[in-house]
Amino acid sequence: MYKYDQYDQAMVDTRVAEFRDQTQRRLEGKLSEDQFKPLRLQNGLYLQLHAYMLRVAVPYGTLSSAQMHMLADIADKYDRGYGHFTTRQNIQYNWIKLEDAPDILADLATVEMHAIQTSGNCIRNISSDQFAGAAADEIADPRPYAELLRQWSSFHPEFLALPRKFKIAVIASQTDRAAMKLHDIGIRIVKNEAGELGAAFYVGGGMGRTPMIAPCIKEFVPLDQLITYSEACLRVYNRYGRRDNKYKARIKILVHELGKDEYTRQVEEEFAHLQTQGIEPPLAELERIKAHFADPAFEAAASDDLDLSDPGFALWVERNCVAHKQPGYIIANISLKPVGGIPGDASAEQIHLMADLAKAYSFDELRVTHAQNIVLPHVKKADLHALWQKLDAAGLGTANLDTVEDIIACPGLDYCSLANARSIPVAQKISQRFAETGKTETLGELKLKISGCINACGHHHAGHIGILGVDRKGVENYQLLLGGCEGDDTSLGQITGPGFDEDGIVGAVETATNVYLANRQDGERFLDTYRRIGMAPFKEALYG
Amino acid sequence: MKILTGNDLKTGAVVWWTGYDWSIHVEDAVDVDGEADAIAAREEGARRVNGPYAIDAQREDNGGVRPAHIKDRIRALGPTVRPDLTLKPADPNAGNWVI
Repeated sequence: MYKYDQYDQAMVDTRVAEFRDQTQRRLEGKLSEDQFKPLRLQNGLYLQLHAYMLRVAVPYGTLSSAQMHMLADIADKYDRGYGHFTTRQNIQYNWIKLEDAPDILADLATVEMHAIQTSGNCIRNISSDQFAGAAADEIADPRPYAELLRQWSSFHPEFLALPRKFKIAVIASQTDRAAMKLHDIGIRIVKNEAGELGAAFYVGGGMGRTPMIAPCIKEFVPLDQLITYSEACLRVYNRYGRRDNKYKARIKILVHELGKDEYTRQVEEEFAHLQTQGIEPPLAELERIKAHFADPAFEAAASDDLDLSDPGFALWVERNCVAHKQPGYIIANISLKPVGGIPGDASAEQIHLMADLAKAYSFDELRVTHAQNIVLPHVKKADLHALWQKLDAAGLGTANLDTVEDIIACPGLDYCSLANARSIPVAQKISQRFAETGKTETLGELKLKISGCINACGHHHAGHIGILGVDRKGVENYQLLLGGCEGDDTSLGQITGPGFDEDGIVGAVETATNVYLANRQDGERFLDTYRRIGMAPFKEALYG
Repeated sequence: MKILTGNDLKTGAVVWWTGYDWSIHVEDAVDVDGEADAIAAREEGARRVNGPYAIDAQREDNGGVRPAHIKDRIRALGPTVRPDLTLKPADPNAGNWVI
């Protein structure tokens, strides 16, 4: 894992001191809320429905046990004993007091964490593949490149007041597990014919009220030009992105309105200019960062045997574990989606336990996924049963990854001041419905995603089944979408028709799955069947 | 009726104007029709509240006050999915008041 150097630590410590002073001046009345709001937002502090909310950055979703313990300590000491893992691999606390915020940031700084650039019109936390460094299918660990981009984008003076927020994802495998094409910039580390590593740039994707899939604007950028090309992409956006209308201010609108070819031409022009300016960090810096991401000390002769005689364990292995690049090891996913639970929430006790288990079984490392789950990336197969038993005893052994119960849901109207409808109760009812009917296993892979408003924090556009909560004359209403996908074959869901009330949407989801079961052919997932038979049979079943 | 709400500056807690102070209990809210802007400006200036705004509400038969919009009813009670964290953790029917 990356360790702060003196400059990283000094930057974070300085920011904590600065924010402590700003908070004090706000409490003393020397700053108005209009003056203070942009300052607190730059430090991840929102004012939400019930209290202040603090969003803490988890760079590319990677955490050490010590950092995870600190997240639990903050939940206990300053919040109400729990945290909410988000769809951008971060964590949010919902009950923060303004007067405590500087102390929380100081505590975070002691474990090399912060909340900088988790809000505002700047480059946000860089996200990545949750299996980075462990996946059997990756060509490189994407995290050194994500870390280089993190350092470049942190406090970048030119990009702290962009037209709108800006999200970057970096992956290095053919399988896209980070919704890369639905980011402002998606970067895929690739190999060219000569076997050299480079970066493919996908620019102008996003969800929200105008969902778009990012086109590839450059198939191969040499790694010693990664930052320069990123800077060129941002510069064109910063110069021409719309500032007159926040709903048209994201880069996806600029790329769409200019057209991919014209946007690319301008980026190339800017890129040519920037190459004369010498802004690229030396490769030695990338090598310094890479050294932090060296493989842990895997046991060379670790056994690949797994005793699957315990049926509960066997189901969990089948559903929640993924092949590791190292023989004798496996990637273990911890579902934060117990049946009827709140997607992404974990108690302080559970967070402490996951930190302890990472220390004992996963080389001190954890990951947060954009699907609001936790990963122990490097578990020796010989330890897997013992790990599962401890997880299961703590309510963390649910075997439902990528099933209809593994629902992504934003906080919705229960917590969020932007939401129009509640998301969590819908997720709870759906997972309960399918668990009760026993259909979860029968349905197989089915990604269901719920947003409580058009901002799409719950990624409803990218769900095989998506649900969007809207406000219909003061009453919650839910639109159903089908056919979204965030993976290699990214697609955007289409609305089925008129919306449903809270109970109606649960029934509508079940109806849609019944259409799938009645029509599926061998080996088809819900998404495959939908793509083959189209919307019509689903509409017929839903609306008659 | 119109009632005035906002968040406590220090804690962020949802508060309601009672006529002379702020309360975390919506049933303490009073009608501020015609006075909302003046009270809001004065209280915000005194740093007793953050972001005050007036909303529609109705007086209930039992003397309670029910905000017109579900968002403000959730603000008044707490998250419907965590009854233990609401202002009425012992009342199993509290969530029905929101919906």
